[in-house]
Amino acid sequence: MGNESKAMIAFTVNGESAEVAFAPHKMLLEVLREDLGLTGTKHGCELGECGTCTVLLDGTPVLSCLVLGLACAGHDVGTVEGMASAGKLHPLQETFADLGAAQCGYCTPAFLLTAQALLAGNPQPTRDEIKDALAGNLCRCTGYIKIYEAVELAAARMRGESAEPTRESLYGA
Amino acid sequence: MARKPSDRRIIGTALRKIDAVAKVTGTTRFADDLAFPRMLYCKLLRATHPHARVVSIDASAARALDGVQAVLTGKDLPIPFGILPVSQDEHALCVDKVRFIGDPVAAVAATSEETATAALDRITVAYEPLRSFDSAEAAVANPEPRIHDYGDSGNLHKLIDLEFGDAAAGIAEGDVVREDLFFFEGNTHLPMEQHAAVAVWSPDGKLTLWSSTQTPHYVHRALAKVLELPPARVRVIATPNGGGFGGKSDPFNHEIAVAKLAMLTGRPVKITLTREEVFYCHRGRHPTLMWVRTGVKKSGAITGMHFRSLLDGGAYGSYGVASTYYTGALQTVTYNIPRYHFQGARAFTNKAPCGPKRGHGTPQPRFALEVHVDKIAEQLGLDPAELRLRTLVPPNSLTANYLRVGSMGLGRCIEKVIAGSEWKKRFRQLPEGRGVGLACSSYISGAGLPIYWNNMPHSGVQLKCDRSGGVTVFCGSTDIGQGSDSILAYIVAEILGIDPFDIAVVTADTDLTPVDLGSYSSRVTLMSGNAALQAAERARQILAVHAAKQLEVPVDRLQFADGRVFDGNDSKRGMSFADAVQAAEAAAGTVGTVGSYTPPRSAGRYRGAGVGPSPAYSYSACVAEVDVDPETGIVRVPTIWIAHDVGRSINAATVIGQVEGSIYMGLGEALMEEMAYRGNRNVVHKIPSLLEYKSPTTLEMCDVITYLVEDPDPNGPFGAKEVGQGPLLPVMPAVANAVYDAVGVRIDEVPITPEKVLKALRRKAKGEAGRVGPESFPDIPWPEPTRVPTPWEGGDGKAVEQVRA
Ligand code: FES
Ligand code: FES
Repeated sequence: MGNESKAMIAFTVNGESAEVAFAPHKMLLEVLREDLGLTGTKHGCELGECGTCTVLLDGTPVLSCLVLGLACAGHDVGTVEGMASAGKLHPLQETFADLGAAQCGYCTPAFLLTAQALLAGNPQPTRDEIKDALAGNLCRCTGYIKIYEAVELAAARMRGESAEPTRESLYGA
Repeated sequence: MARKPSDRRIIGTALRKIDAVAKVTGTTRFADDLAFPRMLYCKLLRATHPHARVVSIDASAARALDGVQAVLTGKDLPIPFGILPVSQDEHALCVDKVRFIGDPVAAVAATSEETATAALDRITVAYEPLRSFDSAEAAVANPEPRIHDYGDSGNLHKLIDLEFGDAAAGIAEGDVVREDLFFFEGNTHLPMEQHAAVAVWSPDGKLTLWSSTQTPHYVHRALAKVLELPPARVRVIATPNGGGFGGKSDPFNHEIAVAKLAMLTGRPVKITLTREEVFYCHRGRHPTLMWVRTGVKKSGAITGMHFRSLLDGGAYGSYGVASTYYTGALQTVTYNIPRYHFQGARAFTNKAPCGPKRGHGTPQPRFALEVHVDKIAEQLGLDPAELRLRTLVPPNSLTANYLRVGSMGLGRCIEKVIAGSEWKKRFRQLPEGRGVGLACSSYISGAGLPIYWNNMPHSGVQLKCDRSGGVTVFCGSTDIGQGSDSILAYIVAEILGIDPFDIAVVTADTDLTPVDLGSYSSRVTLMSGNAALQAAERARQILAVHAAKQLEVPVDRLQFADGRVFDGNDSKRGMSFADAVQAAEAAAGTVGTVGSYTPPRSAGRYRGAGVGPSPAYSYSACVAEVDVDPETGIVRVPTIWIAHDVGRSINAATVIGQVEGSIYMGLGEALMEEMAYRGNRNVVHKIPSLLEYKSPTTLEMCDVITYLVEDPDPNGPFGAKEVGQGPLLPVMPAVANAVYDAVGVRIDEVPITPEKVLKALRRKAKGEAGRVGPESFPDIPWPEPTRVPTPWEGGDGKAVEQVRA
């Protein structure tokens, strides 16, 4: 057991090229967490049911618990660790932090990345488009509402608007 | 030195949580993110029979497998444990008997998870099956074979009978006497993080356990007991929880198993439960059957109430005795009930153990009570909002069962949601298929008594002021996502006038932090908040004395704000907070203080009075709007209006977050969530997966309009009361009442599934009662009631002495 020969792949992780050797049956989730030490990617089922392990594969959200590590050779993987750059948070990270869209924070990396992919293709999504895009991600803490608001606020800021959270969203009606 | 409330800079403001950046950058270290050199992986072999004697276990083939370092079975860990002193009925690994499918019987530690899993297949367990019971009714009907050899009667774990005044006489005084039956199906917490734990044993005899637990203090006690280690050599560190909701509040078998395996192998050992195993840990909502009879005057005044509950406890005690009391405790804190009789029973069954889920034992009776009140209002021809407003418990009063209500903002909450939802224009006036429903609730801000008897504080804080101007707060509390670490920082920052982000918070580590009992019962903001408040006030006192000397200003004129200590009459005359610490340190040595909190003594002196008392009660009112499709029975909830009396928000944004999260979880319970078992043969869990256990996604979640009502309670820090659990409670009955408003059928059962709605509509169409719900309550061998005269009968909180036969 555990003695099978390792596979080696080269791919890009958060914009940097990486080479990693791992047991060939491993899923991308395990390769990231166990072999690259990128524990920001979480898991809630490892069966493709919760969306918690979402990462970006060539910019598209995928469930890393269902993608073989081997299949990522030559591809580009984005994780939560790559969202902030030069010590500065991504606008989505800023708004998630300010609005309390991360409570326990366990589902948060997956929501951030899914939202990032949404905004890359649709800079001004409607509330329903946001709900649709996030429908595969479960969050047990927030009731999703602060997540929608954080995505909308970040989207506005990324469009160059100077948007602030509404009073109602922070203090109630 | 005291500042006016209006001078507060931090309390009440919407701020980032102090760990928000760690959460959004993925740097928060959850238990499964920990890894150590030479770490082994643990897997548990779980029972495949719901109820069976363990005849023999042969693990020799597993032990022989390359990579397997140790295998444990029940005889290696013979000492029982359990969260409550009265129910020490669990073993880390079953000793002679398994009690549900999923009960662990053996543990393996191996060099990889794959090897550990393969080793499980090589363990042979011989079982001798016993008759199993899949429902509380079955357990009531069959005292034998007993699932446990303790408990009040047969397979009844606990029987309670409490009577406050002559309830039957009270009920008889009503102009209307109404009787109803309700059922609340079990459901589970479903935290996104699966439980995980890592144990490290050091040859100097010290054990360290990192675990995703809400209650490190109780895990500490359980480990020391079962492993027979001196408690001072055991260190438990609760990692930030990826959601808890009550599901990580018990000491668990897997925590003990990895600790023992680490001791045996001398290597770090980790376990991460699979999602399926999380369903076996459970400790979720008890399925509860309820019967209630109430007498009411035409005015709406309640004359007496008799309430019965039967809880399906599953295979172990867990918090169940407390849960059972909770199904009868809080009926009295919303509407005035002058005489009250409560009978509660908890059965053992061969299913995953039930315990505390958000609202602990109170959502079930709250559902029953609020639907019952809705029916009473209709019977009396009163608007249900009006009926409730007429019968509110007054603030600063004592209830029939001796609960001391302090601040009470329920009236204001009702008015807010009535106005916001345009209730008066909509109730009973919407087109067929659309409806609105109202329900209210209340919840405790921490329990008045600790889980094990002791007279020490429930929460402690140590505070260190550094000469850099930084402050460190040490507290045993556990952040499960609700933001308790941040609450400590905000409170200390408010008192010391510094930036909360200059405060380091060290929590949930039994070596480093003073005991806090844990993140349950909505106790943390109130209890650790009060402890932090006391420690911070003491620090301010010390700093003020020395700053005053240096500034030549009277101590009581000093103010602490904006990182400075200054003369309130001349703000230019001051010094930085860091300079104040240095002045104090130079004059008197290291600056550190402690604070602690013990709840006020409760008024009830009868046996069972320990469950229900709280330093403060939160209140919520909720209006739900529904769309019911009569063709499919599908209930959609577009909007919920919720008003919550939180006493005072420490951070408004986290309060709103707790409210919205509670509404979400309540909506899931109202419409879809259920722990379902295949009872026919095997009592096997039908749906131990995230896909099959239906919970709301973004597509089902409703809009939420939240109103925060602030009715400060003198017992709360700055007046704060709880918010993490209370707002969940009214959702299920509000939805049920709205369904009735929409299509005229009563679904007296949670969840309100399309099948039940269709069934009720069909019955109604046939001219039968348009209702789905339980039809009867079984006969239970109730004990002789404990009779407690009410305060208005001159009672002193004690039970009347009973003559024992
Ligand atoms: S871990 Fe749940 S979908 Fe991948
Ligand atoms: S923030 Fe806890 S699961 Fe989403």
